[in-house]
Amino acid sequence: MAARRRVLASIAAAAGVAVLASGCAGAGGGGGSGSGGSAGSGDADSINVVMVNNPQMVDLQKLTADNFTKETGITVNYKVLPENDARDTIQTDFSQQSGQYDVATISNYEVPFFSANKWIANLDENIAADSAYDQDDVLKPIADGLKGADGSQYAEPFYGESSFLMYRKDVFDAKGLTMPANPTWDQVAELAAQVDEGQGGMRGICLRGQAGWGQVFAPLTTVVNTFGGTWFDADFNAQLTAAPFEEATKFYVDLVQQHGEPDAANAGFTECLNAMTQGGVAMWYDATSAAGSLEADDSPVKGKMGYAAAPVKETASSGWLYSWAFATQESSQKKDAAWKFISWATSKEYEELVGEQIGWSNVPAGKRSSTYQNADYQQSAQAFYQATEAAINAADPNNPGVQPRPAPGIQFVAIPEFAGMATQVSQGVSAAIAGQQTVEQALEAGQPLAQAAGDANK
Amino acid sequence: MTTHTNPAVAATSFKGGRAKKRRTPEQGGHPAWGIAAWAVGLLFAAPVLFMLLTSFHSETDAATNPPSVLAPLTLDGYRSFFAGQPWPPLINSLTASVVSTLLVLVLAVPAAYALSIKPVEKWTDVLFFFLSTKFLPIVAGLLPLYLFANSIGVLDNITFLILLYTSMNLPIAVWMMRSFLAEVPVEMMEAAQLDGAGLITMLRSVVAPVALPGIAATSLICFIFSWNELLLARTLTSTVASTSPVFLTSFATSQGLFLAQVCAAAVVISLPVLAAGFAAQDKLVQGLSLGAVK
Amino acid sequence: MTTATPAASELTPEQRTTYQAPQGQAARDKREARRRRIPLLPALVFTIAATQLPFLATIVISFMDYRALRPDQRGFTGFDNYVQVFTNPAIRSAVLTTILLTATVVIVSLVLGTAIALLLDRKFFGRGAVRTMMIAPFLVVPVAAALLWKHGILNSGYGLLNGVLTWVWGIFGSDSPPQPQWLSDYPLISIELSLIWQWTPFMMLILLAGLQSKPGDVVEAARMDGAGSWQIFRYITFPHLRRYLELGGLLGSIYIVQAFDSVFIITAGALGTANLPYTIYATFFQQQNYGLASAQGVVVVIGTIIIATFALRTVSSLFDEETGR
Repeated sequence: MAARRRVLASIAAAAGVAVLASGCAGAGGGGGSGSGGSAGSGDADSINVVMVNNPQMVDLQKLTADNFTKETGITVNYKVLPENDARDTIQTDFSQQSGQYDVATISNYEVPFFSANKWIANLDENIAADSAYDQDDVLKPIADGLKGADGSQYAEPFYGESSFLMYRKDVFDAKGLTMPANPTWDQVAELAAQVDEGQGGMRGICLRGQAGWGQVFAPLTTVVNTFGGTWFDADFNAQLTAAPFEEATKFYVDLVQQHGEPDAANAGFTECLNAMTQGGVAMWYDATSAAGSLEADDSPVKGKMGYAAAPVKETASSGWLYSWAFATQESSQKKDAAWKFISWATSKEYEELVGEQIGWSNVPAGKRSSTYQNADYQQSAQAFYQATEAAINAADPNNPGVQPRPAPGIQFVAIPEFAGMATQVSQGVSAAIAGQQTVEQALEAGQPLAQAAGDANK
Repeated sequence: MTTHTNPAVAATSFKGGRAKKRRTPEQGGHPAWGIAAWAVGLLFAAPVLFMLLTSFHSETDAATNPPSVLAPLTLDGYRSFFAGQPWPPLINSLTASVVSTLLVLVLAVPAAYALSIKPVEKWTDVLFFFLSTKFLPIVAGLLPLYLFANSIGVLDNITFLILLYTSMNLPIAVWMMRSFLAEVPVEMMEAAQLDGAGLITMLRSVVAPVALPGIAATSLICFIFSWNELLLARTLTSTVASTSPVFLTSFATSQGLFLAQVCAAAVVISLPVLAAGFAAQDKLVQGLSLGAVK
Repeated sequence: MTTATPAASELTPEQRTTYQAPQGQAARDKREARRRRIPLLPALVFTIAATQLPFLATIVISFMDYRALRPDQRGFTGFDNYVQVFTNPAIRSAVLTTILLTATVVIVSLVLGTAIALLLDRKFFGRGAVRTMMIAPFLVVPVAAALLWKHGILNSGYGLLNGVLTWVWGIFGSDSPPQPQWLSDYPLISIELSLIWQWTPFMMLILLAGLQSKPGDVVEAARMDGAGSWQIFRYITFPHLRRYLELGGLLGSIYIVQAFDSVFIITAGALGTANLPYTIYATFFQQQNYGLASAQGVVVVIGTIIIATFALRTVSSLFDEETGR
């Protein structure tokens, strides 16, 4: 008996696919020309774009109709989703090549295996034909992360980021504390204890605790790296229960439990951003792209922030490297329109448009060196632009820790199994932060999952 | 399927005390009971009222502790909701709900007729087969549905969603309609037939008075379930055929505070169901109990 | 209530709805039987097609190594996926979570629903208004309700619940009210609270209908005979309500076992709240392991069939007028 409601499998078989196919063609309401279902639906001069709902993308959505569509006549249908949903949707759609979306935001995590499987289009020809785009202006570590194993460019960055430590300079000054320019994690833990006012008051530090490989494990993996740990040794043997991984995780969980934000097990980037802007925490270790929101005109903490390098222990630097980039689905039948969109959204001109219309602190930065030469940007991002550029350039995805790695990635391991596996493991860590279990239990449960993922790549 | 326990017992409908004299409510008693009832009612309505109030607040006033009940009202939440292109998903939801409800009726009413007024052999087995399909988790069939839709090119297609909603609601509708049609006085039908009344006359004078309230209740329930559905729409649609519950999940942005916006969106999207439900409270009960409680 | 399930042969001819073939007219009977089947067929064929066939596909995929992210390694693997289903502790905990969640929500909403139905069965000022207020939670779109609870009510910073605690403590002059971190400290209870809030009105509606169909004359007669309120409740009202309680419990279970929206939105399956629907969804969507997701689906369906066998036994007696008494 059955799984229910999966309607049609049968209907099509019995009643003939033709009925359905004809029923579908015009059905989407958009007057789609339904090209056999393998391309994005809708008109030839419209494309479907799926992206995460980060502030920079929301700005993009607002600016599209009056600028891009006006210039090119191409309508852009956006699907904007929270990060975890967006990733699930993109993976499913691209791995099936169902072509519901022509363009998607992916990152330097997905590009290596998406390109190897030919799920995303090679952009080299488009780039070569478009000299105004100025590919050489793209920061090298960022551009390299978006290349396939064949050396071709498969995605173009919308914004790039590393991680650093943000703190309330005014609070530190009032308490007579100083933040070193290159702090160690031990110093940060001590400072967190000193600025912590306890429950109800300002807490020491915000660290992501929400489950998800892109949530808690983004900052946590950088802590693991600098504590001398790693997900896998060079032969893909999982190292979750090895001493450095455990020590780093314990350190992280203890710090967030003792001096972290309230409701830490549910706090991700958004919650921490809110806590920081609302004065709920004195420090925050997270993406460099957060600084734009903290220094925005309507931010209550504008001008009160200081920025220091990502805290370290055994390595010289520990910041992550990440970029949200646009890629075209291989099965898309609107690749030209897709490139027009991508080249517009990731261009210098778009950055200027945001600077003029929304504000220079909102520019999707961290991807082009020209951004950092721009006087307007320098002025508005005075507090953090140098720290950001330095952090991005210091990041080395191929050698982020103290031992050789089997696959690239700082705060992730660029293998297809990592996202699903690390998300499962992260649920255990999140539960440990909530006090439901110990770090040892979480990592012991995670070790076999990680080993299975490693085995798939041996 | 192995589940039919003997259905025959279900032959009679669940009339409860319907035939008996309806009792007036328990008389008066202590005013404390009334106060208690009001207190409980307000407690349950409080989150809804809070949602309504918050939807008219600014984001800053929405995020205070304790809540700023007396904060100035504003339409900002609604403005940003309607600025986010909510119409396509709202129209899709409406289309999917209304069309699938009509389809359900077209299929369910004749089926219910064949299970009550002129029953087929082993009709109880059939009836329980319908119900048994409701026990199965939708999620277990999500994958073949997705792969199938992808292979014939009906992902992100409202027609496909409509068919799915039809199959989702059909079993409930068959049960409900059957329990209503079981009340049709067959003797009267036979008498009318003997008198030479035509089929139309008979349907109008004997069947319709019993069936119409049933159709109303069935429609209401099917409409609500289709309107509320998330999992299928989330998985099988993208930009063109997306429905309002899916739209709602993407509404919590990562840009600062958003509670007022979410509340405004929740109010607008719940409005059709709230309106329909309030207007037809009795139908709601009948529908939810698969017609068992009239 | 005894679950009486007599065989069909025990039925009396008076049960008009049973088709009785007159004797000695085999051919005409057949034609008549066929004619009667016609209106049923479209719905039946549609339901079978929509529910049975795709499940066959699920079964086939469940024996495959089908990981969407590894298109190069596709093929049949026998029972590997099933071995994983039964050895993975995450699935076991999902089963427990599903049972706990369903049982808690159904029982608590039934108890609350009964109590509130008894209250609303009395005459008092504004009865209609209170009933309308009570129904409201059930009419909020589940996704909206889940978002409202997550961000508006349970949020530890500015949620309504902690806001009310601040108020109440403020009244007594305290400025350090307890501020529980609901979503971290009580994640499953948080989900249960939101579901109970939505489902209590449903139970209340069914039980109120039950109460209002209670034979008034019997109650009056009992009162004349000097029976007290408790006795009336214990010996007349409660036995009468019993079938309605079972009906509410059954229907509630059908829907709450499948609860996906609230888990998806309130906790995204974290902190031990992943129930079966969410777990399968995550295997499918997050891990992109289609073979394993299908095997999980097959196991869940088999489990459901076993439980449904008992549940349908109950429902068949529920819908029988005589056995309830």
